[in-house]
Amino acid sequence: MATAARRIAFFATCLVDQFLPEVGVAAVRLLRQAGFQPDFPPEQTCCGQPFLNSGFRKQAIHLARRTIAIFEPYDYIVLPSGSCTAMLRVHYPHLLRGDDGWHERAQALARRTFEFTEFLVHVAEWQPVPTRSLPPVTYHDSCHMARMLHLREEPRVLLKAAGVTINEMPESDRCCGFGGIFSVRVPEVSNAITADKLREAVETRASILVTADPGCLLQMRGMLDHTPIHVEHVAVILARAVGLLDKENEG
Amino acid sequence: MSPVTLGHFRAQARQALADPFLQQALAGATAHFREGRERALAELPDAEALRDHLKAIRRATLARLADHLETFERRAQDAGAVVHWALTPEEATRIVVQIAREHRVQMVVKSKSMTSEEIHLNAALQAAGIQPVETDLGEWIIQLAGESPSHIIAPAVHKTRQQVAELLSRATGQDLSPDDIPALAAAARRFLREKFLLAGMGISGANLAVAETGSIVLVTNEGNGRLVTSAPPVHVAILGIEKIVPTWADAAVWLALLARSATGQPLSVYTSILTGPARPEDVDGPKHMHIILLDNRRSTYVGTSYEEVLQCIRCGACLNVCPVYRKVGGHPYGSPYTGPIGAVISPLLFGLDQYPALPHASTLCTACVDVCPARIDLPRMLIDLRTETVEEQLIPRVDGWAERGAAWVLRHPRWYRWASRMMRWLLRPFIREGRLHLPPRWDPFAGRRLPAPAPRLFRDLWERGDV
Ligand code: SF4
Repeated sequence: MATAARRIAFFATCLVDQFLPEVGVAAVRLLRQAGFQPDFPPEQTCCGQPFLNSGFRKQAIHLARRTIAIFEPYDYIVLPSGSCTAMLRVHYPHLLRGDDGWHERAQALARRTFEFTEFLVHVAEWQPVPTRSLPPVTYHDSCHMARMLHLREEPRVLLKAAGVTINEMPESDRCCGFGGIFSVRVPEVSNAITADKLREAVETRASILVTADPGCLLQMRGMLDHTPIHVEHVAVILARAVGLLDKENEG
Repeated sequence: MSPVTLGHFRAQARQALADPFLQQALAGATAHFREGRERALAELPDAEALRDHLKAIRRATLARLADHLETFERRAQDAGAVVHWALTPEEATRIVVQIAREHRVQMVVKSKSMTSEEIHLNAALQAAGIQPVETDLGEWIIQLAGESPSHIIAPAVHKTRQQVAELLSRATGQDLSPDDIPALAAAARRFLREKFLLAGMGISGANLAVAETGSIVLVTNEGNGRLVTSAPPVHVAILGIEKIVPTWADAAVWLALLARSATGQPLSVYTSILTGPARPEDVDGPKHMHIILLDNRRSTYVGTSYEEVLQCIRCGACLNVCPVYRKVGGHPYGSPYTGPIGAVISPLLFGLDQYPALPHASTLCTACVDVCPARIDLPRMLIDLRTETVEEQLIPRVDGWAERGAAWVLRHPRWYRWASRMMRWLLRPFIREGRLHLPPRWDPFAGRRLPAPAPRLFRDLWERGDV
């Protein structure tokens, strides 16, 4: 089937919808440039991961079922969040095990669900054409993206192809301290972990700390006081590098 | 002990975060162990296959746990050991005290044993008028300080050289300088040597037990384990019932991964294999050997979703990679078992009502799964335990309302829009320069200034055609 005939849905995720709309804008424009016309099913809200992780399993199951129902008509579901992708791909089938019919539907959805950089590299095989040069960045591997989805190279491949230099930090896959509900239940420790991460990012002399996870991004921005570095989503950096974001959207 | 609530955990964590020495010691020790582990595993021809093998051995053993334990009991008895079964910690300490009384023991020497910490053996011995002396240097230091271990492998990692010198000076009656480490070690050794010769009984744990020969295996780096188990006339070993392997071939896999995962050593300095008491032809060794197999709820988890945690070989690798443990150390956990493994087994062994905070004291980053030699999925069990804390109402009631309310809103897109507007309106007074500045009293983020909600939702931009 030609790519144009493939139906693709963009799952913005609740954090992007609420806090980081520019990430959604960047991701959708990049998907279009890569030859896809994503839909935005308007009933979408949250994948349910926060509820699973805080122990509200029943609530997570409700949200999982409705998310499956919303997105299963599509051939591809693309998310600008490693963590939410892991929820759909790894947790949904577990969560709905033994749930009549839903388990198979969860597995079918999991096979069609892609993290955004993964989709660009492996499905769209998109080749960025850089139109402007950006300062060096350092890349934070978010936990679920690196360890549950094993996606470490994809964002780096894209950044490098877009002409961006990456100054690697030590332990780039060490947790940023967010942990969803953890950041509220034990906030002091959460903040201390984030402060270490930011310090190590600054020491690379990069001017932007890039990640592919909205949760980590918000957490790290929350601790930015006195830290000479910006925190950005990989989609925003890529869109900037290829000239898809104008000034007003650059945040 | 009062339950380890979130309030308790946070208070202890704040202390740890404010202690620059502790921060440095934790960072140094965990980095040392992490690097050691990585190097040691890289030296193996196929470490990943060996981990799979260990996992398979542990799983298969637990599937027939009772059979292997019976074999062990029989073979250990054949070798002359007395085997005791303890269902509870109280039963285990009662057995130890009884053995000590039978032999008129006044002082016991101990080698490092997490299981003895689990049953609070030292307190029970003292209550019975028997003096316990820890002989592992780290354990002895924290015994002198009246504290609990802060790391499974390095129990006194939180102590400064100055503190150690002070404690040892007081214990040995000498004036020891914190700068002369060989002198400190020598003073400790002299002091402890004497105890070994005077003690009526030695108490050890066991890293594993081998069913086919009824042997226990003890790995140590200081050699004190060998003295504890051979100098006094009576040796008592205490271990959890899950620490068993059927054969020596299985034990070899366990041992190949234990020290490598723990400290990065191919093997620890001493690996002692103990099979029964001294035989008549032996020149030394204890006359009596007792082995206490402790259940303490372990058997109730066989066949449940928590069974996997019984595959643990107590290497401590998960502690060294845990972002939370690395910042706060062991004390906030309020349990001899700390870090990710402690966050799972403390509630399981001692009751979730005693440790309601621990399942929540994790970012679920899954770094522990990556290094665990048995690939134990601790985050999955943390989530299961969190679910239990919700079901058993061990979290604040307002949290329950907030979560259920939020989930309901998220299932109804129209209300979701309404709530988004509402949230922006409510938060408006607290937004400065695009970030939330909540008054300290209500600030659930302890000073973190989260970005404010965007003026427009992504879905609004989409509908307006701005994307
Ligand atoms: S859970 Fe795994 S890594 Fe942690 S102590 Fe046990 S065996 Fe070692």
